[in-house]
Amino acid sequence: MDETVSEFFRRTILKIPLTEMMTILKTWNFLSENQLQTVNFRQRKESLVQDLVLLCEENRASLNDAALLDIIYTQFHRHQKVWDVFQMSKGPGEDTDLFDMEQFKSSFKKILKRALKNVTVSFRDAEENAVWIRIAWGTQYRKPNQYKPAYVVYYSQTPYAFTSSSQLKSNLPLLGQTFETHNSTTPLQERSLGLDINMDSRIIHENKTEKERVQRVTQEIFGDYPQPRLEFAQYKLETKFKSDLNGGILAEREEPLRCLVKFSSPHLLEALKSLAPAGIADAPLSPLLTCIPNKGMNYFKIRDK
Amino acid sequence: MSVLRPLDKLPGLNTATILLVGTEDALLQQLAEAMLKEDCTSELKVHLAKSLPLPSNVNRPRIDLIVFVVNLHSKHSLRNVEESLHHVDATFFLGKVSFLATGVMKVEITGRGFFAAGQESHCSIHRNTVMKLAHTYRSPLLFCDLEIEDFRAAMAQRLVRMLQICAGHVPSVSALNLLSLLQSSENPSLEDL
Repeated sequence: MDETVSEFFRRTILKIPLTEMMTILKTWNFLSENQLQTVNFRQRKESLVQDLVLLCEENRASLNDAALLDIIYTQFHRHQKVWDVFQMSKGPGEDTDLFDMEQFKSSFKKILKRALKNVTVSFRDAEENAVWIRIAWGTQYRKPNQYKPAYVVYYSQTPYAFTSSSQLKSNLPLLGQTFETHNSTTPLQERSLGLDINMDSRIIHENKTEKERVQRVTQEIFGDYPQPRLEFAQYKLETKFKSDLNGGILAEREEPLRCLVKFSSPHLLEALKSLAPAGIADAPLSPLLTCIPNKGMNYFKIRDK
Repeated sequence: MSVLRPLDKLPGLNTATILLVGTEDALLQQLAEAMLKEDCTSELKVHLAKSLPLPSNVNRPRIDLIVFVVNLHSKHSLRNVEESLHHVDATFFLGKVSFLATGVMKVEITGRGFFAAGQESHCSIHRNTVMKLAHTYRSPLLFCDLEIEDFRAAMAQRLVRMLQICAGHVPSVSALNLLSLLQSSENPSLEDL
């Protein structure tokens, strides 16, 4: 095995926390059960990593195998990366093509390699018709830098692609072009509302129509898919006191009244989405709360017009 | 008919129907399921409603017991119950209505057992408010943290027994008997409220 590949393996495996080591290696499925059993997972990490790299050498692991391991590591640690979202739009007069994953992968790779000779492209399929693409960039004269790859997660049934780059953004337009030939704008798969019709017919919901309305409104606002992960939202209100009565102590006040409301949650948008179905709030929710994904903001200043 | 009356329909054969009214559907659903798990000689039916009045175009059996569920963490749930109470005929309150307050305690489960701490600071509604409400309507008030499975199962058992009595399935005990039994155990200081 090449020195550089061996080093890449060493560094990639070293990144993996010991608690996740078994899970990730099993997901990778490159080293066999027997091989893994011969390794002592309780030794010092450096020695463990050395043993694992030796096993990889035994199996004649290639750069692609290492890249796959890197993808799996990133999938486990996707929350540590910063992702940008791109939405692709259909050109005028374009037909809706049927999407073929294998064809997509092969032409994606071809296009990139044609544009840039030194590039490593790897794929891993994921849930929901998604594919994770790992791209290690090189230049005309330099081999690809495996330690600063870019990731693209493309959901084939949608016009959305997520990218995360550890390098300059200069390579993004190239990625964009690569996608142009693969505009898949087949509509999102129809997801049934999944109203849990309880099996027990002795339980009767009196407000079924209302429940259905709430579910429908929630689905219209939030959609079917999991919400983006957000932890805070903050609203600052600044307003002058308004009163119908003439005079009054506060009416004379020049200084506006200020108020700060902060929401925090391990998964704020999912929590907001579940408020109305849980009966804690009325549907539809206040547009101040529901506009967060659309506006892409979570810090708001509300002032008098 | 926008007002619920206890005796406006004929009872079903060996059937007992309970109506749970509350904003938090998931809790009501879980309580209903817990009740139906109980062994019971009567045929049980559980109706769940967010609020009253109930939709009028539905054919429903006679309701034997109404339980209004209030979550002490939610003023919204209390207001909802207060408004729903207006749609219940006065004769229902002769033992066929009960209040249930949930969200009372936060329980920490350690390796060795339960440690229950009253999280009163998190409750938007004071216990006394609900106690006053129950007292005003001369109906029993039950406390139960519906989110804890064991407490919920115990409450479900209790409600099934109450329901059977209210439906008249227990010989020589009527809803009114039960009411007077439950009221005598009330804290006498309630009169001072």
